[in-house]
Amino acid sequence: MATSTSEQRIHNEGVKKRRFRFLYSKKVAPYVFVSPFIISFLLLSLYPFLSAINMSFQRVLPGQIDYIGLHNYSRVFNPTFYTALQNTTIYVVWTVLILTFIPLVLAVLLNNRLMTFTNIFRAAIFIPALTSVIVAGTIFRMIFGDSEAAFANQVLQFIGLDAVEWRYGAGSGMFLMVALASWRWIGVNILYYLAALQNVNHDLYEAADIDGAGVWQKFRNVTFPAIKPVVIFLSTITIINGFRMFEESFVFWETSSPGNIGLTVVGYIYIEGIQRNDMGFGAAVGIVLLLIILVISITQLVLTGAFKKGDS
Amino acid sequence: MKKLLLLSGISVLTLTACGGGNDGDSNGDTNASASENGAEEVVVIGEDIEGATELTFWNFQELHTGFFEDAVNRWNEEYPDRPIQLTAETYPYDQMHNNLLLALQSGSGAPDIADIELNQYPNFLRGEPQLLPMNEYVEPELENFVQSRLEIYAKDGTYYGLPTHVGATVMYYNTEITEAAGVDIDSIETWDDYIEAGKQVVQNTDAVMTTVESDESWTFYPLISQRGSDYFDENGELILDNEANVDTLQFIHDLVYEEEIAQLTPGGFHHAEEYYGFMNDGGSASLMMPMWYMGRFTDYMPDLKGKMQIRPLPTWEEGGNRSAGMGGTGTVVTNQTEHPDLATEFLAFAKLTPESNIKLWEILGFDPPRFDVWDSQEMNEPNEFYDYFHDDIFEILLSIRDEINELNITEYNPDVAQELESNVYHSVLREQSQTPQEALEQAAEAVRSRIVE
Repeated sequence: MATSTSEQRIHNEGVKKRRFRFLYSKKVAPYVFVSPFIISFLLLSLYPFLSAINMSFQRVLPGQIDYIGLHNYSRVFNPTFYTALQNTTIYVVWTVLILTFIPLVLAVLLNNRLMTFTNIFRAAIFIPALTSVIVAGTIFRMIFGDSEAAFANQVLQFIGLDAVEWRYGAGSGMFLMVALASWRWIGVNILYYLAALQNVNHDLYEAADIDGAGVWQKFRNVTFPAIKPVVIFLSTITIINGFRMFEESFVFWETSSPGNIGLTVVGYIYIEGIQRNDMGFGAAVGIVLLLIILVISITQLVLTGAFKKGDS
Repeated sequence: MKKLLLLSGISVLTLTACGGGNDGDSNGDTNASASENGAEEVVVIGEDIEGATELTFWNFQELHTGFFEDAVNRWNEEYPDRPIQLTAETYPYDQMHNNLLLALQSGSGAPDIADIELNQYPNFLRGEPQLLPMNEYVEPELENFVQSRLEIYAKDGTYYGLPTHVGATVMYYNTEITEAAGVDIDSIETWDDYIEAGKQVVQNTDAVMTTVESDESWTFYPLISQRGSDYFDENGELILDNEANVDTLQFIHDLVYEEEIAQLTPGGFHHAEEYYGFMNDGGSASLMMPMWYMGRFTDYMPDLKGKMQIRPLPTWEEGGNRSAGMGGTGTVVTNQTEHPDLATEFLAFAKLTPESNIKLWEILGFDPPRFDVWDSQEMNEPNEFYDYFHDDIFEILLSIRDEINELNITEYNPDVAQELESNVYHSVLREQSQTPQEALEQAAEAVRSRIVE
């Protein structure tokens, strides 16, 4: 009896081993490990992407789908789309400027040995990134309410300025969106910079000190070259995230903002595709947006030298 | 170790927070927390009846659930052999309409019965409507109804949606303010009288005469409809930039900037929190909104109880129309229902019968679209609306019944609404950067460019 149980066990283990032997194969294992990502990419990214391209040539109505050639694309370039593109572009410029520069300054400060309470500051700056944009947006909406009793207006009045109807002006509306995005993402970007700053070779600083370099010279010649890849990375993802921004606008105005001051390209896709039941047109706008992001990102990467090999 | 504990604590919390929503369906009672699919409120009606057919109902206004709760109970009493168990789910306005559109588009996931708001309704009529025809029940009742209210939910002679109210637009006066200003509201007959009264109000009190919407259409649309204009004519041609409309928008602009008796609505529209507070504090002497707005007074402006009087609208010229039918919700049966016969018959029972129309008034405070019940005895029984306002509400309604113009709803109405709400009102009323003529022409141009399909 005892032997048969142990025989059984050995047999089972043998089966197990055989079943999972391919996991030990150096050729197969990597593919097994990356397969969840490949599968989810194929299902959740590539398939929707291809069907969006297909859909952009269709008129999609309940119960009837027709191919209508380039008609959807010929409708894309209308005044509302240009407004959306303009808003989005302004937003991208502001967020790229703010989200690559300010975190850099803060990270350098936080990385300084003379700075005290760095951990508290790091935590405080990072916490906004953990907040959902809807929650944060609701709080922003209260702070920047239209009434004179709203917090931001109280502050303005305290320093002798007039109250502002934040959600009704083009400038103040843009300010709200950029402020919300900046508040949320500065912490994450600081984290990237800090990681890069930790990797700067200290010998170089010492050498620079011996050579009598000042603070600025050290930053320019030692620190910046080391973190330049992070700067390029951050500006690239900020551009991409900026062009696909939706929530920051949605929390302030939902889908209809006065004078379209908060309309973004993705918001426009949402309005046309989902709210107005015009999926084909929405898909066409999406493809156009994709091309815009592609062109800008590639241009930016070429200009910043990200494609050059071995220059660092 | 501490960190590990903390981390696992957080993940457990997050998991329970995500998983907590399912209760709504299982325990059956009203559950104000989110359900698994994001509904704000889920109510199961008639779950204690064995063998009841299960139907789902989506709406965007939880008050409507109460109305259907009553209808299901009445149905189950009347037809004990064919009982119904209705799961009513309330979602935020946009979310519900989007979900419903996507569900109908993709062919799965739609409820049996759904409420669709008039502004969104044309989206559901595009292509081949994925809704079940209700002609069998509507046609025999046509003559008892304010017909225009049935037509707005029809396409090519097929009735898909059943109306919820007439939406007769009226003027709500705060008599505490008008009396303080020395204005007799019964002497206001034309808009000119109204402006004169408004000047008295502004002069003698801290309040303005009225508020005009800058973010929604409840000021512009009733006014143009009252004077016989519309966004589209009866042939479906766009007339958004016609003379009457330009003139009306100028009139609204002048109420604020020339006559200085009105201000832009705090919060932008009459359903904003800011507005409820402003009105409740006596900020404005009057308000033009449809009858169905009564419920907003009783729910959100409790301090005005006993002070508000309802009157017909001032006219554009003597003998002109004193009202306009505004807004609406069509209730439909989707083609994804597994019980088409029961669902359509129940819906007709819930919204077409005289009893159900009386309930529309008793439960929701809506002016029922079936006018043969307006002078019935039940309509005069005391309720919270008579309590809040005054008791001759239906006499007023009967007197203006024939002064409500039809609306011409086309599939491009949502486009017009979008142009008006995001561009026209903003540039004319708020920024004053465009004249009504310029703004309406531009909007009409934008809509026309979409019509060429």
